[in-house]
Amino acid sequence: MATQALLAVQNIEVIYDHVILVLKGVSLEVQQGQIVALLGANGAGKTTTLKAISCLLRAERGDVTKGEILYRGSRIDRLDPAALVKRGICQVMEGRHCFQHLTVEENLLTGAYTRGYIHSGVSEELEKVYAYFPRLKERRHAQAGYTSGGEQQMTAIGRALMARPQLILLDEPSMGLAPQLVEEIFNIVKDLNSKEGVSFLLAEQNTNMALHYADYGYILETGRVVMDGEASSLAQNEDVKEFYLGLSTAGRRS
Amino acid sequence: MSFFIEVVVGGLLAGVMYSLVALGFVLIYKASGVFNFAQGSLVFFAALTFVSLTERGWNFWLALLVTLIAMILVGIAIERTVLRPLVNQPPITLLMATIGLTFVLEGASQLMWGSQPHGLELGIPDVPIEWLSQKWNINISQFDLFGAFVAGVLVAVLALFFQKTRIGRALRAVADDHQAALAVGIPLQHIWAIVWAVAGFVALVAGVMWGVRNGVQYALTFTALKALPVLILGGFESIAGAIVGGLIIGAGEKLAEVYLGPYVGGGIESWFAYVIALLFLLVRPEGLFGEKIIDRV
Repeated sequence: MATQALLAVQNIEVIYDHVILVLKGVSLEVQQGQIVALLGANGAGKTTTLKAISCLLRAERGDVTKGEILYRGSRIDRLDPAALVKRGICQVMEGRHCFQHLTVEENLLTGAYTRGYIHSGVSEELEKVYAYFPRLKERRHAQAGYTSGGEQQMTAIGRALMARPQLILLDEPSMGLAPQLVEEIFNIVKDLNSKEGVSFLLAEQNTNMALHYADYGYILETGRVVMDGEASSLAQNEDVKEFYLGLSTAGRRS
Repeated sequence: MSFFIEVVVGGLLAGVMYSLVALGFVLIYKASGVFNFAQGSLVFFAALTFVSLTERGWNFWLALLVTLIAMILVGIAIERTVLRPLVNQPPITLLMATIGLTFVLEGASQLMWGSQPHGLELGIPDVPIEWLSQKWNINISQFDLFGAFVAGVLVAVLALFFQKTRIGRALRAVADDHQAALAVGIPLQHIWAIVWAVAGFVALVAGVMWGVRNGVQYALTFTALKALPVLILGGFESIAGAIVGGLIIGAGEKLAEVYLGPYVGGGIESWFAYVIALLFLLVRPEGLFGEKIIDRV
């Protein structure tokens, strides 16, 4: 192996409830320091792929039945989520999933759970998160359930950062947010990527935005990868333009 | 007037005893969404173990410590053997499992320590406080007051634990959103084991207090049923609710017994709590302090 990928998903198959086949052999790679976009329509299997990686599938009666998932060359598909967070993979779930009755700051602190008892490192980390998301500092004592959608998304990303991850699996960060806010969040993601060296695997429906910020992209359709390539070349691809970007150069084709 | 005060205060203090039991339910329900039917038998198990150890001549504190350790071990064992295999099952399955657990615990405690009732004495007599009865002619039991004090300390300790510690924060996080808790790396199994252990600790306190009051006997398991209306009133997820619910139920049933009782021939006290609970269910099904569902539009 020439360069070892940070994350390598090799031909995985996922079955829910022992019968429902959702992923039919998905392979992808994330190199250290990359932002990789996972694109596709509703139900294509983006979220399932992310959950397979973060070991959250079993909590939903799903199971990886074939293939393997390697993180820095070692298998992780049989670990539990807590062990995975300790190794440096953290998922930000679709729909944000903040702890509604906890304050914003408490939400962030739960992210540091795997790092043991509160010591100086955690409060430094907290300041760092506040530096990236100044808005969260203002709202630190507000109950997360009463903050805006954008603030909740920031809380969710900040919470993941508290675990000092190498790789963040970010599921649909643009969901339900105003375009301006989406841009703000993507800019912060890019910042985190370039300054902190955090790699991202990003599931998005907002293909345009995702390809603009990502280095590499995979397109999923009904549980299979149908196309992959450099983000810039995907953005230029005619089929992608037509089916995912809503642009068409040669009129309508059937 | 002094008689009215006596009834109310007596009722409130009796209510605190209900709150003690209700607290155990709240803890487990909050963290895992399980209605733990076995809480009453945990109370029984704790009290019986404690009293049996002291009767064998053990020092009070040593017996308390050993019982506490036993309760924590029981909590962890329950998580391992009952909850873990049933993870992801519907709530009704878990409820049935805790009903089964009730019988196992009851059987096990009687198998270990025998089934005869025991008296329990903490050295605080269950008699009216003298100066109160002399000065204002109000009879308040010394022990009831002590019970209220113990409950107060217990609630303060639990509140601190939940608000200020890392584990407590994780417990609240799990109560809010299992999935997200998993995603940030909070191990659910540990948290559940801790919650059951804490519930065991609360059961021990409740068991000792109730044991002094009514003697340690099989009927102690039924205290759990008295906690039900308290929970309906206060809300299943709220520690404050368990306390306030207990107070209302306690005062309500004493007042009803004294002032309504004569009209219907008495004997109201034992069922009036359920009437209050039923009425409450019609008006406010989530209870006084039940977790409000935060719903932003």
